[in-house]
Amino acid sequence: MTATASAGLAGGTHVSPAEPRPGPDSLVPHHAPPAQRPSRGRPYATGLVTLWLSVVVLLPLAALAVTSTEDGWGGFWSALTAPSALAALRVTVLVSAVVALLNAVMGTLIAWVLVRDDFPGKGLVNVLIDLPFALPTIVASIVLLSLYGPDSPIHVHFNATRYGLVVALAFVTLPFVVRSVQPVLIEADKEVEEAAASLGAGGVTIFRRVILPTLAPAMISGTGLAFARAIGEFGSVVLIGGNIPRHTQVASQYIQQQIEIDQPVNAAVISVALLVIAFATLFLLRIASSRSLRRETAS
Amino acid sequence: MITVTGAHKSYGTFKALDGVSVDIPAGSLTALLGPSGSGKSTLLRSIAGLEDLDGGSVVINGKDVTGIPPQQRGIGFVFQHYAAFKHMTVRDNVAFGLTIRKRPKAEIARKVDELLEIVGLDGFQHRYPAQLSGGQRQRMALARALAVDPEVLLLDEPFGALDAQVRADLRRWLRRLHDEVHVTTVLVTHDQEEALDVADRIAVLNKGRIEQIGDPEVLYDRPANDFVMSFLGQVAHVNGRLVRPHDIVLTRDRNEAYAADAAVKGSPGVITARVDRVVRLGFEVRVELTADSSEQLEVQVTRAAAEALALDPGETVYARAAHTPDAWETDPALAI
Repeated sequence: MTATASAGLAGGTHVSPAEPRPGPDSLVPHHAPPAQRPSRGRPYATGLVTLWLSVVVLLPLAALAVTSTEDGWGGFWSALTAPSALAALRVTVLVSAVVALLNAVMGTLIAWVLVRDDFPGKGLVNVLIDLPFALPTIVASIVLLSLYGPDSPIHVHFNATRYGLVVALAFVTLPFVVRSVQPVLIEADKEVEEAAASLGAGGVTIFRRVILPTLAPAMISGTGLAFARAIGEFGSVVLIGGNIPRHTQVASQYIQQQIEIDQPVNAAVISVALLVIAFATLFLLRIASSRSLRRETAS
Repeated sequence: MITVTGAHKSYGTFKALDGVSVDIPAGSLTALLGPSGSGKSTLLRSIAGLEDLDGGSVVINGKDVTGIPPQQRGIGFVFQHYAAFKHMTVRDNVAFGLTIRKRPKAEIARKVDELLEIVGLDGFQHRYPAQLSGGQRQRMALARALAVDPEVLLLDEPFGALDAQVRADLRRWLRRLHDEVHVTTVLVTHDQEEALDVADRIAVLNKGRIEQIGDPEVLYDRPANDFVMSFLGQVAHVNGRLVRPHDIVLTRDRNEAYAADAAVKGSPGVITARVDRVVRLGFEVRVELTADSSEQLEVQVTRAAAEALALDPGETVYARAAHTPDAWETDPALAI
């Protein structure tokens, strides 16, 4: 139960695949919402939102925190620092970081090709990007297992390796960077690039000094979301990962294992750890995006 | 000195440039004037190398730059919507061209400060473009373009996004700046008043061709054709021919009107008209008339002339052209 709670936590932060521009609570720092005047319905709206957030987010999190400290702080600490727990967390963070960086580069490249290039089947590719959002993650796992598993038709065996984890997580987190960079690229002013060219800047300089800084906030935000999602991912790694403790067992699998061997406190402790990592990631993103937002729309 | 020869450029079936040849003298401020779709921006962007010509050549200061990328053309380009580097401060924006050329820091700092003073943005070094007004942003863009000591300065509707007051201030400022800096400048505009106000020379473009090029006075007084005449300045129709509203003489006396008209060679004749409205606009007075042929026309007269005539709505006057534009003599087809 706790496993799904923590997976859902990270998963719940993702951008809806249907909308090209992320929702109002997005970290993509582009349009600041206009300040609204308080209306008469405001106290009710605030109350409803508070209630909803409490029931859906805050109370379960509080319950998780309480469970995790049921054996006292000493228990919490020893559950957290158990070698297999630490290993699972280390693998999770390491693989997620690799996947996030991979996404930062490939996602930006994909967004670039989708916005700036024209090729037959572009619309189809555009739809394909969202597929990992729509596909149940366990299906992703089966798909990857049939391609890279023991019976691999191309003789590439990623089953029960960290490469397998990377491939699975890369598949699931593909849309994040693409979908945050794409709208920024669409709106990017091509004249700015022409201005840089007229001032003598070559292609690489234009990309590095003009385009990249414009895309950076969206790239950071997409990468961060991909990281947060990867940390809590369960379904897509469950088959191809192999669940080998201290090698390919990720935190969410460790949590499930602890539940299965009736150690709910251990599960809760690792869940809290994941929660803290995810929250810290999102918090840092907030700071980074609000800083660039302030600069570009300062008045 | 910029020489464009036989420039052709098509987008699909649309001919943006249809054989344009133009010489832009060194140190001049030339306006490319025309309606939208006339090819004026395409011509400017082709000079800059931001568009590739389908045919023809561009020579800047004796060097054939056709096919050479914009980076190597020695140009400064200013865009209508500023094209500011939003993530850089004003200082970094202006310094951009020098920074990527890896000039010494001290030289960059000196040059940037000097330019910011010229464009009146001294003290704005550490602001971001978002913290500037439109006019300030465009002055920053100008300083940025001038920082690399361009051989030619190309401005694409530089004041088009600004409101009227700022626009008028800025174009006068640009004129003064040009008088100080003397860099060969080409300015694209669709605003004939702006062209007349700021440019030494005006090239009027229409449908991818140059209709006429010359000094503003020449274009105004001796337009090559009806298009130039009606695009540059106001016109009134007298018996189907174009006359400047201030070149129309109004008379109450019919015989006097016909006698005076007979003395004007190739004149369009006299029209009998009814006064609809007399509008006093400060120094000048605008008289709105309906001719016998039910054609509407507006005439500009001086306040003294208006007082002498003492016109009231409903009265009948005789209108004739004081003189005929040279165009009628040079192009008989126009003098129908």
